[in-house]
Amino acid sequence: MAGTATTAVLDRAGLDALVAALVADGRTVVGPTVRDGAIVLAELSGAGQLPYGWGVELDAGRYRLVRRDDDAAFAHSGGPQSWKAFLHPERERLWSAERAADGTLTVRADRAEAPSYAFLGVRPCDLRAIAVQDRVLASGHYPDSGYRERRRRAFLIAAECTEPAGTCFCVSMGSGPAVDDGYDLALTEVVSAAGHRFLVRTGSAEGERILTRLPRLPADAETTALASAAVRRAAERMGRAMPPVDLRALMGASLEAERWDDVAARCLTCGNCTLVCPTCFCTTTEEVTDLTGDHTERWQRWDSCFDLDFSYVHGGPVRASARSRYRQWLTHKLSTWYDQFGSPGCVGCGRCIAWCPAGIDITEEVAAFRAESSTPREEAPQ
Amino acid sequence: MTTKQAVRMAVALPAKHRSRLMNTAREARFPVGTRLFEEGRKADRFWVVRTGTVTLDMHVPGRRSAAIESLAAGELVGWSWLFPPYLWHFGAEATTPVRAYEFDALAIRLMCDSDPQLGAAVAQWVGQVLAHRLTQARMRLLDLYAPHGSGPPR
Amino acid sequence: MTALPVPYRVVARWQETPDTRTLRVEPVRERLCPFVPGQFAMVHAFGRGEIPVSASAIPIGGGLGFTVRRVGAVSEGLYEAGPGDTVGLRGPYGTGWELEKAACDDLVVVAGGIGLAPLRPLVRDAVADPEPYGRLNVLVGARTPADLMAHRETGLWRTAYTGVTVDRPGAGWSGDIGFVTALLGRARFDPRATTAFVCGPEPMIRATALRLAALGVPGEHIRVSLERNMRCATGHCGHCQLGPLLLCRDGPVIGWDLAEQLMTVREL
Repeated sequence: MAGTATTAVLDRAGLDALVAALVADGRTVVGPTVRDGAIVLAELSGAGQLPYGWGVELDAGRYRLVRRDDDAAFAHSGGPQSWKAFLHPERERLWSAERAADGTLTVRADRAEAPSYAFLGVRPCDLRAIAVQDRVLASGHYPDSGYRERRRRAFLIAAECTEPAGTCFCVSMGSGPAVDDGYDLALTEVVSAAGHRFLVRTGSAEGERILTRLPRLPADAETTALASAAVRRAAERMGRAMPPVDLRALMGASLEAERWDDVAARCLTCGNCTLVCPTCFCTTTEEVTDLTGDHTERWQRWDSCFDLDFSYVHGGPVRASARSRYRQWLTHKLSTWYDQFGSPGCVGCGRCIAWCPAGIDITEEVAAFRAESSTPREEAPQ
Repeated sequence: MTTKQAVRMAVALPAKHRSRLMNTAREARFPVGTRLFEEGRKADRFWVVRTGTVTLDMHVPGRRSAAIESLAAGELVGWSWLFPPYLWHFGAEATTPVRAYEFDALAIRLMCDSDPQLGAAVAQWVGQVLAHRLTQARMRLLDLYAPHGSGPPR
Repeated sequence: MTALPVPYRVVARWQETPDTRTLRVEPVRERLCPFVPGQFAMVHAFGRGEIPVSASAIPIGGGLGFTVRRVGAVSEGLYEAGPGDTVGLRGPYGTGWELEKAACDDLVVVAGGIGLAPLRPLVRDAVADPEPYGRLNVLVGARTPADLMAHRETGLWRTAYTGVTVDRPGAGWSGDIGFVTALLGRARFDPRATTAFVCGPEPMIRATALRLAALGVPGEHIRVSLERNMRCATGHCGHCQLGPLLLCRDGPVIGWDLAEQLMTVREL
């Protein structure tokens, strides 16, 4: 799409018009907004609900909203939710079934009709996460029809990162702070003496169509230069970095490392990291029946590999220890994900670091595994 | 000796030791129900089964003998003859008509004493047989096929 | 399209062991794609849920057989289902035993307990069409004589060697006593040209595969069927992971060359 991309500049009124146009098209517009002391993702009726002037301060186990000196709308990083809450909802009915008096079984697919979402302000890391979940849920032999339908109808407006947080490490995962593809529109926010504006470029035909309906200015050299400088600066201000190693090989070779005991002593196996992770996709199913016993519904809900029941086979859980459950999560994310889905399951958003009640830092753990794996070699005779 | 039995003993015994052993073997036949040996008695012989089944058992007062394990063609019956005090630990009974090679334990022990290489080979052979049986016995102890596998959930 | 359970009617059921039954089911209307031996279905018990169950019979005339042991709420529901009742089926899922790849080889089928269930259609195929294969060996181990599933049928299979052994014989048992691996010494096969098929409790699979490998059977010729928690069977729920594998997709039948390193890591 890069060759045919159109660029333009929107001001705040242009952004208002964008949300209004999407709402007028019948889309459910979802974007960041301030609620409950955090920047959350929620349905927006207008661009005015964006977190203008708010930033965040993040560290391991820490999330604070902070007032900014400017009015920037996208000067924050990933909040407690990710877009999977909409594309791969926490709870979904898969089907229901009736049993007639003569025992006849009727099964109905009764997933709710998929809304046409427009996601406003998708971070590059989250855009990558959506692509990862696409590979898990919408490709392969048995695509998840609910996910695929919501995804097919979704309109994605990316927002490049200009204000990375202390927990961010997308540069080291190759997923940000710039976006390259996978969006309908991409915004880069510029706040300068010349005003508050958004450099916009199109990434799809649908993005082109929407853009033509908006009041806009041509992309001027100054805005373009400021935008790319802001993204470049962001790349230099990452709060953290994943060690530059072959993660797949390192974690694949670390199954019996001693570090697992160390991290297991800190991990509460609460599963927060799996809930906030934008790629974690695991679900379980439950059967819900009514009082007559002749109507039953099959529901799918998020599950976590930290849950003891997750690996239950008759007799008991396969992964009973915290060590084995943390190991499952981390090795899956960084190593076996490649085997299963052809890419890593980590995009460097840093949510698992910020929302871990014990402040466990995935980059620090990987550094420790790397140190442990290289120790014997360093001790080898010279 | 059939090919099959040659293969079984050959796993642990080099050919030259095997043939020295076989040179001392007698052919034995046991009708169904024959007691080959009894727990606590002197272990002065051992056998390698050619056809049929020998079942090891242990006497339990007030009940019929508890069958522990069955041994079939190519398998060694008896190892207590190799270790002091040379007394049988279990009983053994032919549960089908059995044909077997019978060996004189004392003669073999004397051969082993005078030829340490043969002694090591025989000890290695019997040791391997015991190791397999120990593993199998331990697997059975796990009671794997019970409703919840190898015991109650953790 | 996310698969919906397809209604199948139970047309017969029989007791295999004191806690295990086989259900014979026929499609009510729509039928699933054909199963190959080793593949499984998600079997739905109305109002209770779904569990993965390998097909234990794949009759030429249609229909399917599933053998269920009563160990949880769903399996209890299926165990209680009788002729006329309807169950829901999704499938077929997963890898099969791939008997066809064993052409020219001796076959060694080793089953522990109701691990014989997923192996039964494989043995039936090999018995019905023995021409492409070498000698067929069927080795079955169980807890007691009463726990031997399909015992009469096992005795009818024309094989080079059929061994049946129990841990605890009880009165009236005149057959073998011992662990199933003891039967490997009695089976007739050339380890270098053998394909083995193993199913049962995981420690039994490990012990059997290690013994086969020690005898000289190549790891990729030892096919084992593994069990893990499964919720979706379509590779989306994450429950059936075993290291790099999603057992619903890459299993349940995998080669020992792959399984060995995974099965020896505790709690993987």
